[in-house]
Amino acid sequence: MSAGPAREAAAIALEDVSKRYGQTAHYAVRSIDLAIAHGSFVAMVGSSGSGKTTLLKCINRLIEPDHGAILVEGQPVSDRPAHELRRHIGYVFQGIGLFPHLSVAENIGVTPDLLGWPRPEIASRVAELLELVELPADYGARMPDALSGGQRQRIGIARALAARPGILLMDEPFGALDPITRETLGNACRHLHETLGLTTVMVTHDIFEAVLLADRIVVLRQGRIVADGTPHELLVDPPDEEVRDLMAMPLRQAGRVQALLNGAPAAVPS
Amino acid sequence: MTDGALASALRALPEYLGYHVLLSAAALALGMLLSLPLALSASRSPRLRWPLLSFVSLVQTIPGLALMALFYPILLALSLASVSLIGRGFSALGFLPALLALTLYSMLPMVRNIVTGFANLDPALIEAAHGVGSAGARRLWRVGGPWFAPAAGAGRRAAAVWVIGTATLATPVGQTSLGNYIFSGLQTENWVWVLFGCAISAILALIVDQLLALIESGIARRRKPRILAGGAALLIGVLAAAFTVLMPASRPGYVVGAKHFTAPSVLAALIGQRIEAAGLASTLRSGLGWAGVLSSFLTGHPDSLMDYSGTIWANVMRRTDNPPREAMLREMAEWLKREHDIVLVGPLGFENAYALAMRGDRAETLGIRSIADLAAHAPSLSIGSDYEFFARPEWRSLRDGYGLRFGRRREFQSTFMYRALADGDVDVISAFSSDGRIEADRLIVLDDPQQRIPPYDAILLISPRRAQDKALLSALESLVGAIPVRRMRQANFMVDRPREAVSPAAAARWLDSQSSSSPRENRIDD
Repeated sequence: MSAGPAREAAAIALEDVSKRYGQTAHYAVRSIDLAIAHGSFVAMVGSSGSGKTTLLKCINRLIEPDHGAILVEGQPVSDRPAHELRRHIGYVFQGIGLFPHLSVAENIGVTPDLLGWPRPEIASRVAELLELVELPADYGARMPDALSGGQRQRIGIARALAARPGILLMDEPFGALDPITRETLGNACRHLHETLGLTTVMVTHDIFEAVLLADRIVVLRQGRIVADGTPHELLVDPPDEEVRDLMAMPLRQAGRVQALLNGAPAAVPS
Repeated sequence: MTDGALASALRALPEYLGYHVLLSAAALALGMLLSLPLALSASRSPRLRWPLLSFVSLVQTIPGLALMALFYPILLALSLASVSLIGRGFSALGFLPALLALTLYSMLPMVRNIVTGFANLDPALIEAAHGVGSAGARRLWRVGGPWFAPAAGAGRRAAAVWVIGTATLATPVGQTSLGNYIFSGLQTENWVWVLFGCAISAILALIVDQLLALIESGIARRRKPRILAGGAALLIGVLAAAFTVLMPASRPGYVVGAKHFTAPSVLAALIGQRIEAAGLASTLRSGLGWAGVLSSFLTGHPDSLMDYSGTIWANVMRRTDNPPREAMLREMAEWLKREHDIVLVGPLGFENAYALAMRGDRAETLGIRSIADLAAHAPSLSIGSDYEFFARPEWRSLRDGYGLRFGRRREFQSTFMYRALADGDVDVISAFSSDGRIEADRLIVLDDPQQRIPPYDAILLISPRRAQDKALLSALESLVGAIPVRRMRQANFMVDRPREAVSPAAAARWLDSQSSSSPRENRIDD
């Protein structure tokens, strides 16, 4: 990956980023170089422990790397206080992470509030976002525990977008949802990404989701990037066997569904 | 003249309850002000957490009364330092030590609940708070605040209940509280008063607990009316207490101090009545305990009080010799004037020395009439005393002079000490020679042939602040020599007797009517 121009043009640039937890010899991520262009939708995939979540959290400094530099909009993230950086980067949490004691409207408005927006402006932004994530306006007064899982994650996304960030980070955002909700919400998310012109980085272990939503897939294994390309590139020309297996899975499943439709018996192929 | 116990208890209620509420509210407010920032910083710094939690737990292991008492020497030293620095002191007894002790007491539940509330915060929520860009105190408040509110609320309620209960122990350090019912009641075996004090204190604790619970549920469920209603009720309670208690203080009265024993309370009431008979205002400051009475003069309060010559001779002047009564009084008056500008008005006319007493029948059986006789039997006898006696120089002097070695030593609250003697639990007690129970219980006061016990004349003192106050002096001079020991015993017994007991004030009125009819009767010594 070339530095220089990529570094300048990228919305997010990671240069030689390494992170170890404690004093172990095992690296969570090791010597990662990655430039993410403005407006791209990047999925980071890999099995548990591959380092994808660590990498994501390094971007908004929820985790501080031991080594390397991270630039957001060309500026090193360590140049300003972590909380200021985070107020300008939307973050959707694994397991949703809504504040249970705050109403839906307060949850959505929490970052604008921290940024010191005037109250009326926060209120109109909350209404706007509820519409954007396709929830009725009167949901603002509800408490999070009165909502379904899918509705809650819609609020999670609305909260991440509240302060109009250019960058949206998502950590397995749909992992806890049923398949139908997952698909609907994934599509809604992709739609928002386009209409708002976001740069989106999504961590997922669901290769289906990655293939269908992202325009670039980064595969991690044991803290290193082992594949990086468009879904098409990785499907057609995987760099190694493991990536081939990984990418083949959606195709295989789609093939079996197709075979079922064609009248084949519903047996597991040997 | 005899007061119904309940009627007299109700009459004292506004004052006792008012002080109790003010004291508890001040201690809780101060405790909260200290606990919140301390607990919040301890939540963030493990290095602070351990020492803070240990400290507040340690405080909790000190008995409440001892904690208040411990503040007395500290505050006294501070007050004396302030006198020498800026010429003004403050009272080391009363409100201040009670407030400080209760404040410390209130901190454990509040600090611990906030700290554990934070420790139990869901890490995912903390990360979420970080993720949305919260920082520092705002993060703690945004995420933690409402989250730990129930835990902190429970801590607050526990603290309130503890403080309101423990505030009854403020009475012995001279702070009027509901404890006055309990301590006076114990002293005079007025069980109605004891129960009344306990009940009112418990009801107060329950009401405050429920009001705090109302506020808490208002916070948790975001119902403003509940928060406002609870807050308003608490505020009204405190304001009403302040109004009740602080209004009478607007009359510029002379403050009369009294130890929390029968004779001193009766005499304090009598002194107050004499001051008022002279057309001046007076306030009783009852419940001053221990030897702290004279020291409390030095820091400004009260204006007048009675004490015993032997106490001042031994404890204040640190004298161990035993001169004749007249010489001792003369020397004491000079010393007090010279050293502290305290005016010794004169002896009241009776003595209230420590004395060893036995049941008449028992003494006769054993053939004991004097302490010298007692010494031979002592190893097979048990002695009961109040909490003070064995620590006093008189006891050491008796023990060493007569070679007293008792088989067993027990300490009692003085009422129970007389009971123990009557029931045969102990054989000898350290009585006070003016105690009404000596005659009532047919006790024999043992002779002191070696004159080991110094004279304990009741004497009247005026504080340095009022040293030049002619009006006060002339109001009190009429009491000099006016109270013979027999009258004092009768007055004491009127208060102490199990049936038809009267208030100290009523006994004082009786005493006043007696002494004016036959002034300057000679002292009678045992």
